[in-house]
Amino acid sequence: MQKLNPEIKDRIENELLVTVGRRYRQETLWVILLGLICVGGTVAWIIQLRKGLGVTAMRDYVSWGLYISLLFFFVGVSLIGALVSCVLRMSGAKWRYPLIRIAEAVTLSAIFFAGFMPVLDMGRPERLYFLITHGRIQSPILWDVVAIATYFIGSLIYFYLPLIPDVAIMRDRITDAPKWRKKAWTWLAMGWEDNLLQRRLLKKAMLILCIVILPVAISVHTISAWLIAFTLRPGWNSTIMGPYFVFGALMAGTAIMILIIAKLRHGYRLEHYLTNKHFNNLAKILLALTSFYLYLNINKYGVPAFKMAKEEKAVLQDLFYGHNSFFFWFTQIVGLVIPIILLSFQKIRHSIKWVVASAVMVLLGALINRYLIVVPNMLHPFAPIQHAQPGYATYHPTLIEWTITASSLAGFVLLIILLFKPFPVITMWEVTEEIEKRGEKEIGVEDILNPQTITGHAI
Amino acid sequence: MSCGNNCSCGGNDSRRDFLKSSVATITTGILGGSLLNSFTSCNEKKEDEKVNVLTHDGKLVAIDKSQVANFKPHISEEDVRKGIPGKKFVMVIDLAKCDGCGKCTKACNKMHYLPSNKEWIEVLEMQDSPEMAPYYFPKPCMHCDNPPCTKVCPVDATFKREDGIVAIDNERCIGCRFCMAACPYSVRLFNWTEPVKPNIVETTPPPEHVFQSKKGCVEKCDFCPHMAREGKLPACVTGCPMNAIWFGDANEDAVTCYDGTTTKLSQLLEDGAAYRFLDELGTEPRVYYLPPTNRTYNAKEIKIETNDSEK
Repeated sequence: MQKLNPEIKDRIENELLVTVGRRYRQETLWVILLGLICVGGTVAWIIQLRKGLGVTAMRDYVSWGLYISLLFFFVGVSLIGALVSCVLRMSGAKWRYPLIRIAEAVTLSAIFFAGFMPVLDMGRPERLYFLITHGRIQSPILWDVVAIATYFIGSLIYFYLPLIPDVAIMRDRITDAPKWRKKAWTWLAMGWEDNLLQRRLLKKAMLILCIVILPVAISVHTISAWLIAFTLRPGWNSTIMGPYFVFGALMAGTAIMILIIAKLRHGYRLEHYLTNKHFNNLAKILLALTSFYLYLNINKYGVPAFKMAKEEKAVLQDLFYGHNSFFFWFTQIVGLVIPIILLSFQKIRHSIKWVVASAVMVLLGALINRYLIVVPNMLHPFAPIQHAQPGYATYHPTLIEWTITASSLAGFVLLIILLFKPFPVITMWEVTEEIEKRGEKEIGVEDILNPQTITGHAI
Repeated sequence: MSCGNNCSCGGNDSRRDFLKSSVATITTGILGGSLLNSFTSCNEKKEDEKVNVLTHDGKLVAIDKSQVANFKPHISEEDVRKGIPGKKFVMVIDLAKCDGCGKCTKACNKMHYLPSNKEWIEVLEMQDSPEMAPYYFPKPCMHCDNPPCTKVCPVDATFKREDGIVAIDNERCIGCRFCMAACPYSVRLFNWTEPVKPNIVETTPPPEHVFQSKKGCVEKCDFCPHMAREGKLPACVTGCPMNAIWFGDANEDAVTCYDGTTTKLSQLLEDGAAYRFLDELGTEPRVYYLPPTNRTYNAKEIKIETNDSEK
């Protein structure tokens, strides 16, 4: 492949830098809306801190509720960074280049909130530092703390490393920026001159990190699964929990990734960079993951259902035709079976609309599934629930809980948007370099080499 | 036990000195601290009463009760984490005798200043299958020897002591409720709101407090270690008029019930064909149950509450 025309390179950089710091009307509205939800959540949290966890619907039987379900969800979503930047890298998928920064931003935001959820759930959050001063390393909670912290720092570095050359480009190109911004860029670029040695070192660092971060990512979610698998409760006492969580997480992460690139594609006018190829390939991954997850579900629920052991029976009956049966069958049919059927057709995989629709279904199913893993099992302990006070043998989350839950999800999206604001969404230097090396088709970008088609919107 | 298998020295007093008498003869040889401890429990008695004291050269001497100072040993943070030396507490619940009156719960709530909606010892109505007769099932903390709860605690707030008790330090508990999820017996309770504090001052470290409730912390049955230190029985045992609950020390192989009967633990377990609740989970509970054979009450009157209507 010949060297890229400097004019084209210039246009690519110009086009991608347009989104930096620019205000979009729709986006601003979203930021305000999400921000308001977060303010509501903060108020709810303050009420909860003052009055204690009594304001939630959690009681002695259902002692974990929405917050822990959401912890599992966020930890799960955070695996998408490892999937895109490690698994796809090792499998040699070149189309991952435009997705890397988006995936890492989702990961960073998700793991941040994953670390936050247990604090929301604590009875005495002011004693959080006891984990360090009195920590027992034998406890899986300590493992979780260590794993989440390691993964957060690793993801932060993985977000930062490919950013260095891009910040250097910004430092050199954007001349009309305020002084403090330029200072920040100079500082972040760490004297990047784009020479061969620097490129080699950077790539080496990224390779090492890519190898290190995969086991860390898997450990984060496996340990979260162990929090419940290490108990003796019927339904939780199962060896399948680790892989069940990890693959459910990859599935949910891929679905979120599809939704986010669909939004960015139109919102930021990145149609040339996030193309059908990406949606098609992500749809294939989603198909593989949903199928495998269905298989895991059959194992997780089918095997005990055949035996119908005394203790498991109550939980399974609750899920199959009891009070939670609607949710259970929703996650299985709408969350798995229908997307699998839809995504099996090539035509549907090639239509962005249908891929997005499938991703929405998968995501809804994954969210509800987290709730189903946590709550119904707690309502069927070994010792029968008797003489329970009103509200103790049920779980209907209160307004405070819903508000905090909604604001955590809103905060998760908001943090992603805010991470996209100061930096280009797409890794400019890597994309241009790979276009030079392999051509635009393999990377999945379209119509960039032809200067005529670049409309250069609002440069 | 010094007084044999079926000592019934009569009256309520014997309940109080079931540990005392044994302490004076066996354990005191090794532990001077417990010796003095045992005296504090009998100072309500008449002045001219004699008590046995072990001299440093190993002789048992009877001296006047009045000559012994009323001494309460200081209990340090380390003591409450280690437990009462030389003891291995054990409970036996005779399901044939329990008629479900719930007086154990009431006595427990009274001792620990618990509100009526909290039950550290809960009386369940059990029926293993529709064809089988129902029975009442008092469920305290099992104080497992392989406790699933202490294994998962991230800050060592709940721990297993050398005397067999699983205790909670609510000045340490962060309220993550992992122990509640881990406990297969559902005995752990959480303080969702601020509990009403009684007007008492406690000088012992928190794990042996009588009143353990604290907002945002976990609590449960603690086998009344503050009573055991004084050589007394837990509230549920002294509150059970059916003599259904036995409490004692496995090292001494002796357990005592409400009316003061002290019997050999191993004999009781063997004769009664004792079992442990959910023993198959491998938690090694320290609470034994004697099966509900030859019930002393009319079992057919028990109504089993199912929680299907609740949901």
